[in-house]
Amino acid sequence: MPAVPLEHGLILAGILFAIGTAGVLVRRNIIFMLMSVEIMLNAAGLAFVVAGSARQQADGQVMFIFILAMAAAEVAVGLALVLQLYHRFATLDADAARTMRG
Amino acid sequence: MNSLFYVSALIAVISTIMVVTRVNPVHALLYLILSLFSVALVFFALGAPFVAALEVIVYAGAIMVLFVFVIMMINPGRRAINQEKQWLNPKTWVGPSVLAAILLAELIYVMVRGGGQLASTAEVTPKEVAIVLFGPYILGVELASMLLLAGLIGAYHLGRRSQVTTPQEGEHL
Repeated sequence: MPAVPLEHGLILAGILFAIGTAGVLVRRNIIFMLMSVEIMLNAAGLAFVVAGSARQQADGQVMFIFILAMAAAEVAVGLALVLQLYHRFATLDADAARTMRG
Repeated sequence: MNSLFYVSALIAVISTIMVVTRVNPVHALLYLILSLFSVALVFFALGAPFVAALEVIVYAGAIMVLFVFVIMMINPGRRAINQEKQWLNPKTWVGPSVLAAILLAELIYVMVRGGGQLASTAEVTPKEVAIVLFGPYILGVELASMLLLAGLIGAYHLGRRSQVTTPQEGEHL
């Protein structure tokens, strides 16, 4: 059974990460920015799993589980912030929150 | 197994591009779920079935449901979609996309130049993962539980609707 070269898996992770980066930079809707951050986290986890699979060790999958827990916490806080932003400014434009309290 | 990897990798890339370019958040969300499923298939092809199952259950199941709930609560509607279309003109997306593409090219160059190691398709079983997770990484598990608790409290605190502010006076806060 021919195996997948390590680089191809890492390149896939890189492509997904770059798309996520472009999404964070391009979109102004804060929900789309959160989704792009999720894509980037997922790509980082993919890189860990690919590397772990190359070395036949479980450490990569363990790291993916930690990334998963972090993504869950991040998205819970992030979506709470989205709701707060929407209640205050009645828009999802991330630029609406550019002024600070001071 | 090889073709499984490449086909699902292609689907993952296409659907992720669709996520970033859609104007309707619900369409983007559906494409994101498709992308997560195809990444789960990639995990399966790489011999990580436990993580593939976690990807489907936790990412595509739990986290995406959170997004669906928030979009349902906000209910952006037609006006927001038109505004989204205005924001997505080439003037705004060309610059960041070119910069991200350059970064990607550098990343691929570094990876291709390295040695030709094979990502094995032999399976790493859930048992091995569990032994490592609750052996050397037990501190990490405890830290993850602390992080989740902090996220829970933070989301509860931020999610409460504040009584005093209205959109108008929110500008001056």
